[in-house]
Amino acid sequence: MASANYSILAHHFENLEQQRETETMGMWLFLATEILIFGAIFTGYTIYRVRYPRDFEAASAHLNLLIGSINTIVLLSSSLTMALSVHATRVGRQKMLMTCLTLTIVLGATFLGLKALEYYSDYEDFLVPGLRFRPGEWTELTPPANPQHVQLMLAFYYIMTGMHAVHMLVGMGLLVWLVLRARQGMLTPVRYMAIEVIGLYWHFVDIVWIFLLPLLYLTGTHHGSDLHF
Amino acid sequence: MSSTITTRFVPQAKARPPRAPEVNYLNVAYGVKSWLLTTDHKRIAILYLFTVTLMFFLGGAAATVIRLNLMTPTGELVTADTYNKLFSAHGIIMVWFFLVPVVPTVLGNFLLPLMIGARDLAFPKLNLLSWYIFTIGAVITLWAILAGGVDTGWTFYTPFSTRSARTNVIPTIIGIFISGFSSILTGLNFIVTMHRMRAPGLTWFRMPLFLWAIYAGSIILVLATPVLAVALILIGVERAWGIGIFDPELGGDPLLFQHLFWFYSHPVVYIMILPAMGVVTEIIPCFARKNIYGYEFVAASSVGIAVLSFFVWAHHMFVAGQSVYSAMIFSALSYLVAVPSGVKVFSWTATLYKGSVSLRTPMLFAVGFIALFTMGGLTGLMLAALGVDMHVHDTYFIIAHFHFIMVGGAVMGYMGGLHFWWPKMTGRMYSEFLSKLAALIIFVGFMLTFLPQFVLGYLGMPRRYHVYPPEFQILNVMSSAGASILAVGYVLPLFYLIWSLYGGKPAGPNPWGATGLEWQTPSPPPPHNFDETPIVTTAPYEYSLEETDGVG
Amino acid sequence: MSESITPTRTYYRVFATLIALTLLTVGLSFLELGAWHTTAGVLIGVVKATLVALFFMHLLHSSRASWLAVLAGLFWLLLLMTLTLSDYLTRPMLAY
Repeated sequence: MASANYSILAHHFENLEQQRETETMGMWLFLATEILIFGAIFTGYTIYRVRYPRDFEAASAHLNLLIGSINTIVLLSSSLTMALSVHATRVGRQKMLMTCLTLTIVLGATFLGLKALEYYSDYEDFLVPGLRFRPGEWTELTPPANPQHVQLMLAFYYIMTGMHAVHMLVGMGLLVWLVLRARQGMLTPVRYMAIEVIGLYWHFVDIVWIFLLPLLYLTGTHHGSDLHF
Repeated sequence: MSSTITTRFVPQAKARPPRAPEVNYLNVAYGVKSWLLTTDHKRIAILYLFTVTLMFFLGGAAATVIRLNLMTPTGELVTADTYNKLFSAHGIIMVWFFLVPVVPTVLGNFLLPLMIGARDLAFPKLNLLSWYIFTIGAVITLWAILAGGVDTGWTFYTPFSTRSARTNVIPTIIGIFISGFSSILTGLNFIVTMHRMRAPGLTWFRMPLFLWAIYAGSIILVLATPVLAVALILIGVERAWGIGIFDPELGGDPLLFQHLFWFYSHPVVYIMILPAMGVVTEIIPCFARKNIYGYEFVAASSVGIAVLSFFVWAHHMFVAGQSVYSAMIFSALSYLVAVPSGVKVFSWTATLYKGSVSLRTPMLFAVGFIALFTMGGLTGLMLAALGVDMHVHDTYFIIAHFHFIMVGGAVMGYMGGLHFWWPKMTGRMYSEFLSKLAALIIFVGFMLTFLPQFVLGYLGMPRRYHVYPPEFQILNVMSSAGASILAVGYVLPLFYLIWSLYGGKPAGPNPWGATGLEWQTPSPPPPHNFDETPIVTTAPYEYSLEETDGVG
Repeated sequence: MSESITPTRTYYRVFATLIALTLLTVGLSFLELGAWHTTAGVLIGVVKATLVALFFMHLLHSSRASWLAVLAGLFWLLLLMTLTLSDYLTRPMLAY
């Protein structure tokens, strides 16, 4: 409808198509910067991983694989519900939109809750350098691991998952905003760019986790006894 | 806002006098709120002009005290600690809060939509947010500098910055980190705008070369700044929580910081110079009345510089302890990056050859740029040689090298651009005599300041020391004397440019007889830039075809 | 991107594949792969990420400019990693 277009089209664009393509490209370019910010930390991690492979494997074996794996599934599911929310907006199914958006938020919150649980479990397991850490525990391993290098790995673990968690929190805030917009009827088959670009952001944060899982948790061989809460 | 958009054929060359509007972007609304809440790219450019000019003079104040202190070999003026804080302040302010933003945010913001025939940037509100983020970052950093200072140098090398420094490292880092987002958002805005909002008929190869330079600079802004963010985060984390990522005692490597830092900081110097080169590429054809020589080569060289700039960063680390093989690779690549810069210098020279040169003020700055940038660039090639760098690393040779490029190059390019487009931005002409005088004073002052520093460095005077061996005094005094002349040259424009706002001759749409869409609009332009979206069918430079009327 | 709407069928299929790959990658970690753990993990991760990008993020139907942004980001990251690694990997090579 012309009047609906009238309020969507910003004054500096020629037409709606140009505006939509611009907004999409803008978000992709922003995600490219995010590739580099996470990538830079991944680079630092990789350098040390290459230098101290045994110590990093030893540290990685102590991370909570069970929670990490469950969280991966949780986040992938949230990506599905996010994609479905965008779809619902495009085809005008308001109830499906609300359901899927809410599910995405719930799944995101589940991820963050499990992450908090995991951090607490790491604390219990003496895996916090500078705060709660037993160097002797590592030198007594067979083969012995260098506790300084283990602390290095753990430092990166916290920084990388911490940065990821911060991005998740921002994403949650954006999702809540989307729910409010949806309630006001502002997410429609003609007016969907907001949920589309926020969806892109959400999927990207998921992709970061897709790489965090093998890099942090799956470096060495695991055994059934590794799985615990 | 009508959904019917009419288009009108507007050749880039001909200046058909549009009706002089009563309403322009400056007088369309008054009051502080209309400025602080504007989304008009032209007003945002002026907001940036205020902030960066203030930062320039603050950074210059630090430099003044440095040069005063260096008048005597025993450094009577300030203590060693204060001196460390002064050069750190100078570097931090000048790099992040003047040189990186100035041409893109002041000239780029103002001109980009005009040059592509658009009504604004792709994301006008993001543009305003960029300015707020920049200013907040500047305020935080300034507070950190003034309330105790930081003494790590603008390079924040570990382990000093993470373990030993007893100064405001973390607040400074926070300020720089925040302002980094401003860089990223501005670059993002520019790139998307150029991809999506060019007027009909304005193909990539019909764009003015200034925009190619802005585009290339924006690529660097967008891709390099995130890595700086990480480097700063890691310093902050290590300093705040004692985690030893760069600490050798924990198996960490201080060089990792340098890799991450310089991955950003080398490309950043190309952010500083590329837009200034773009300015020069606009000025030279206009005042030589000749089309730019080798348009495609110049465009390609801008992108080439942007890409290659990412391959050379460890030439800042030749003596730091990286592997020799790595150093050799980076040395070879550093020679390579000089090639596209050379292409530009050849192009400007070839444009001047047999041109009809008029030495108006912008042209004086542009020609000065070519001379000084070439000198600085050639010394850069000297530094790319491992053997030479071994000896002159951390001496005044390095300082002279980068000041030739950043001050003799980037700042002069900016000044040329400011003087070239001032009539467009304000609708006023400034005093021809005073501006030429300023250009001359700046050039003479610059040479006197920095040429002796090449000699000093070669003779072995180290940088970042507040004292030096007495035999270096005469050259240091020359340098400080030059700095005082340079200071006069920079202060002078403040006076005649501000005066021009009240008493300057009205400029009209095209006082220089230049080509380009921005000269088709009135001076100052109306808020929405164009009454009708132009359709472009011609090349960007049309000086050789026929004499255009109205050469100032 | 603004023209085509991906059917939900595609989303469910991609999701199933992603879950399967996750189970695979975690399962592989219980085998004795030695140094190949990380390689296998990253490779599977690349496949998963590609699926998310192409289908959930609609990259398949996006403009060339969006592709350019993604590829540029990846290329520059590769540059950072390889050239930095070239320092660390060649350090032991020099025996004074």
